[in-house]
Amino acid sequence: MGFKSYVIRRTLAGIPVFIGLSILIFTLARVLPGDPARLALGPRASEEAVQSLREEMGLHDPIVVQYLDYMAGLFQGDMGISLTTNRNVAADLLYFFPATFELITVGMLIAIVLGIPLGIIAGQNKDEAEDNASRLFAFFGVSMPAFWAAILLQLLFAFHLGLLPATGRIGVEAPPRITGLMLVDSLVATDFEAFRSALAHLLLPAFTLALAPMADIARMTRSSFIEEFNKDYVHALHSSGIPGKLIAYKYVLKASFASTLTIIALDYGFLIGSAFLIEIVFAWPGMARYGVDAILANDINAIIGVTLVVGVVFIVANLVVDILYGYFDPRVRYGGDEE
Amino acid sequence: MSSLTNWVQSEAMENRKESARRIAYRFRQNPLSLVGLGIIGGLVFVAIFAPYIARHPQDAGYMGEPAVDFANRFAEPSLAHPFGTDQAGRDILSRVIFGTRYSLALGLFVLTFAIGIGVPVGLVAGYVGGFVGQALMRLTDVFLSVPPLVLALAVAVPLQPSLRNAMIAIAVVWWPWYARLVYGEVVSVREEQFVEASRGIGASRLRIIFREILPNVMAPITVKFSLDMGYAILIGAGLGFLGLGAQPPTPEWGTMIAEGRAYLPAQWWYSTFPGLAIFLAVLGFNLLGDGLRDVLDVEVD
Repeated sequence: MGFKSYVIRRTLAGIPVFIGLSILIFTLARVLPGDPARLALGPRASEEAVQSLREEMGLHDPIVVQYLDYMAGLFQGDMGISLTTNRNVAADLLYFFPATFELITVGMLIAIVLGIPLGIIAGQNKDEAEDNASRLFAFFGVSMPAFWAAILLQLLFAFHLGLLPATGRIGVEAPPRITGLMLVDSLVATDFEAFRSALAHLLLPAFTLALAPMADIARMTRSSFIEEFNKDYVHALHSSGIPGKLIAYKYVLKASFASTLTIIALDYGFLIGSAFLIEIVFAWPGMARYGVDAILANDINAIIGVTLVVGVVFIVANLVVDILYGYFDPRVRYGGDEE
Repeated sequence: MSSLTNWVQSEAMENRKESARRIAYRFRQNPLSLVGLGIIGGLVFVAIFAPYIARHPQDAGYMGEPAVDFANRFAEPSLAHPFGTDQAGRDILSRVIFGTRYSLALGLFVLTFAIGIGVPVGLVAGYVGGFVGQALMRLTDVFLSVPPLVLALAVAVPLQPSLRNAMIAIAVVWWPWYARLVYGEVVSVREEQFVEASRGIGASRLRIIFREILPNVMAPITVKFSLDMGYAILIGAGLGFLGLGAQPPTPEWGTMIAEGRAYLPAQWWYSTFPGLAIFLAVLGFNLLGDGLRDVLDVEVD
């Protein structure tokens, strides 16, 4: 089977998962105890007001009809009205998603840029001080609650040292919104003052987010590096006098990169989960914070919307993992098992 | 004939003892996993004897509502209050000590539930297969398509925020991970010769599942259990932090961090020490799980 048909097959396999997820979320939101209309209006609202909101939200229809209505709307970009912002959830998500996307993408870049060299250094010095230090760091990285690490870094760098801003996304006037990504928009507007400010605001939350994937990436790079380093061709390169550093970065890194790439894609999906906590600490105006606000306000349409978007990011990340596997290891494409 | 059976049985017993000894030896050789075991032993001890260890058990709500002592609010860490006091003058160390109980209970509940549901689902899907197996695994895929924290948030919303409901929400999203793990293991051993042999001598399906296949998936489950205890504690603390778990003044670690955040940066100790406790607990389970993974020589994602 060719690579192309493998990619198509895998992509199509994501569709039933998305449909299943939408059914699950929808059912959860509708079937579990609690009346969305009553929850939205609060205990003091009159029964008539609750009734009319129920009517408006279509809560009287059978659940299957409600679901089909919702899905039909979804394909036209209508995700229902948010009860907190009074706008369409789709518009809200479009507005808030770029901030989260910028945060987790820069976080992942930091994790890659620091994690890979860390893993290589550990792998090259297996069982020596460097290796043990990096292993310990990896354990710390995955054991630290992200929101606590956020608070500590905020205490140190923002409150104590005053080097970086503690909260928010930008400290000067924001550049005109084009992509919603502050770094890109400020560059497009050639507003370097805004760029500098956006970058400064981004550093702490992105670094906090990066800690756990950094540890993962370092660990994965280390183990695949060690495995690769013991292969015959590496010994051959060594004996033909090629410097160790060149071997490490030119040959071994490339060969051992597949497993590192897959963990990067996988962790990228998980980052959007951690963002839910980090955005709260740094008052980052992203989708996760929108989601948490929606949860605290029992804004059911917004909750469904946010969960679906997170699901899509996660499903796409996993799809990328599968495709990478298939690209680097053609045997996977013939596996037949649809796992 | 019977002496042969006896010999086979005693030989098998010997082998089992021998491999247990080898595992124990390899485990002792790994200092980091011993540290992990030590941390967890310490946590369990602290959780059990909390009322005797904590100097101010009443501040953590032991035998009644948490005490208040406003004259003593926001005391900096000192010998009298090593972790300082909070906005109601309660000893944070005592509260952190009692918090151990909530986090361990949450982890145990979540994983007992997850294993109780996920393992049978994985066994059935893997061994019986067919339409039921496919349907179960597709359902599993759906659950696995959202990060656990986010799905737990979605489940927690319609329930009233409380520690119990947070536990339920996390448990509901956790079982698919075990279903998938067990499914993978079952698929890889079901065609092995010993299973074939057992089938050949007419063993029933149940017997094959429980006597031949289940023992083979115990090792990965054990490793995953240890790693997941830490992860479940993290997620539980996360829900508490977001206000969807235990409610103040319950001395739950995540809830305490959220409360303390209002008093940053002046009262830095308030959020710092409960977080340190979470970190230590999760680290302990990660170190232990990692050591077990090496010793039992299994891969879990």
